[in-house]
Amino acid sequence: MTAARTPNPHRFRRALSRVHVWHWLWIVVAGLVFLVPIYSVIQFSLSGTVKGQPILHWYYTVFDDPNFLSSFWLSLQISLETVAISLVLLVPTVFWIHLRLPRLRPVMEVISVLPFVVPPIALIVGLSVFLRQFPWLIVRPEVLSLIYVVFALPFVYRSLDAGLQAIDLKTLTEAASSLGASTFRTLLTVILPNLRAAIIGGSLLTVAIAMGEFTISSLLGFNTFSVYIYNIGTSTAYEGVALSFISFIITWGAMLSLFLLGRGGRSSAQVAIAK
Amino acid sequence: MAVADLAAPDQVAEPVERGRPPRQARRRRWAFLGVVPFFAYISIFLLIPTGELIVDAFKTANGRFTFANVEAIVHAPYVPAFEFSLEVSAICALMGGLLGFLVANAVLHDGMPRFLRGTFSSFSGMAANFAGVPLAFAYVATLGAEGIVTRLLAHLGFNLSYNFDGLIGLSLVYLYFQLPLMILLVIPSIDGLRREWREAAANLGAGSFRFWWHVGFPIVAPSVFGMMVLLFGNAFSAYATAETLGVTNLVTVWIAQLVNGNITVDPQVAYALAFGMIVIIVVTVTIYTLIQRRASRWLR
Repeated sequence: MTAARTPNPHRFRRALSRVHVWHWLWIVVAGLVFLVPIYSVIQFSLSGTVKGQPILHWYYTVFDDPNFLSSFWLSLQISLETVAISLVLLVPTVFWIHLRLPRLRPVMEVISVLPFVVPPIALIVGLSVFLRQFPWLIVRPEVLSLIYVVFALPFVYRSLDAGLQAIDLKTLTEAASSLGASTFRTLLTVILPNLRAAIIGGSLLTVAIAMGEFTISSLLGFNTFSVYIYNIGTSTAYEGVALSFISFIITWGAMLSLFLLGRGGRSSAQVAIAK
Repeated sequence: MAVADLAAPDQVAEPVERGRPPRQARRRRWAFLGVVPFFAYISIFLLIPTGELIVDAFKTANGRFTFANVEAIVHAPYVPAFEFSLEVSAICALMGGLLGFLVANAVLHDGMPRFLRGTFSSFSGMAANFAGVPLAFAYVATLGAEGIVTRLLAHLGFNLSYNFDGLIGLSLVYLYFQLPLMILLVIPSIDGLRREWREAAANLGAGSFRFWWHVGFPIVAPSVFGMMVLLFGNAFSAYATAETLGVTNLVTVWIAQLVNGNITVDPQVAYALAFGMIVIIVVTVTIYTLIQRRASRWLR
């Protein structure tokens, strides 16, 4: 504490503690906002059972439903496809822009904010007109991955952009090419390993987004995990709340691994959109 | 991998070129090919659909030009829906923005425990992504008719009839993802308030209030407002949470119903509503960009 350096330590310390009371108040308020719903979810999902039923009754019911697993796998599959498409599309693009077209970075900044603000519901209304020309595509779940790539863009782009910003791209590529590596080989064997944290960070956020997406999958009529939770929860609230807790744990897991991964360096992905 | 194929022919470090600018120029001219796949993708899945929507908002079902769709949405029930959407977004952007700023400032303040920063940023990362259907059920479990908090208050003799349809009711639900988002967004800006400025102000005799009034606030304000604008857009686009809670008076819910056909199928009006949303979003993004440009002056 800097109190020792000030002429009147008592006055300073008193002022400091008064300030601290306010700071703690805001922290407690935020803590309540965060934690009360989580506590309620746990409590609620363990209640509403009849005598003799196990305490995890609603969880057992949910796990026994074959649609639970099928919708979960569908969402997981879509999420992984989204991650794959995003990376194949964006890693070379962002690398290329940093290397050769830095003038495009402001344009990319704007484009990468767009998906964050364009309402998914408006996008799907426009897209469905366009997709009607491809009836074979609109019935396949892969169409969701193709669309989710757009929603993942702000997170994947910003994470990759920050990752590339952090390494000395010019020196690395020049060193690689003076050793005879092609640009492709440089990207694969020199740049990619350096972007590992950024790639994993962006991917985890993408999984979190794709696993929880509801608007588009429900309007296109796919039974994804969110749609399943919606259908179950609107008939039996207890099961819906139990499922919400499961989905919360999944999000929590993804974000926790993100946090643990980012602990070494500056976690660029987590505050991806802040930059 | 089309980009890599294009990239392969020209090496980064070329042999020294004496008097051969054309090759350099050619290289630069073709460099843009590397970003074509990305821009094509974004055009197909983001820009063209948005454009399609704007065109279709002015078309009849037969494809003729008309203003009828846009005229239809400037009447009830669509005007109240727009009003409610805007009000909810504004209120929860204000609440989330202010509280998020205060919390982030508290967490980062000198003398507060170190662990708070890590805890809050990781928790915010998680909570900001905990939205949509699960969030709605979480609030049903908390404040719904049978909710835990409702039951607790009833036990204490206080009858809470929480209204998810209401302005404050829905805004408080949205606060769950708005607040952590604001915390994540604003932490770097507060970090940007350099310690030296704080110390310089303290040396000149400024207290906490004077520091914020003369130094901190003028520097941070543009980026804080910019983030609130972002929060506004975020809430304005929200659909899943409201739909699950059974809120009907929102633009997004109306659009979904008009294209899904639970009540009536009138895609033309849905296009016009979506167009209206896009207009509002464009205004929002413009404001955001203008503010952001100002904000970046100090926070480098």
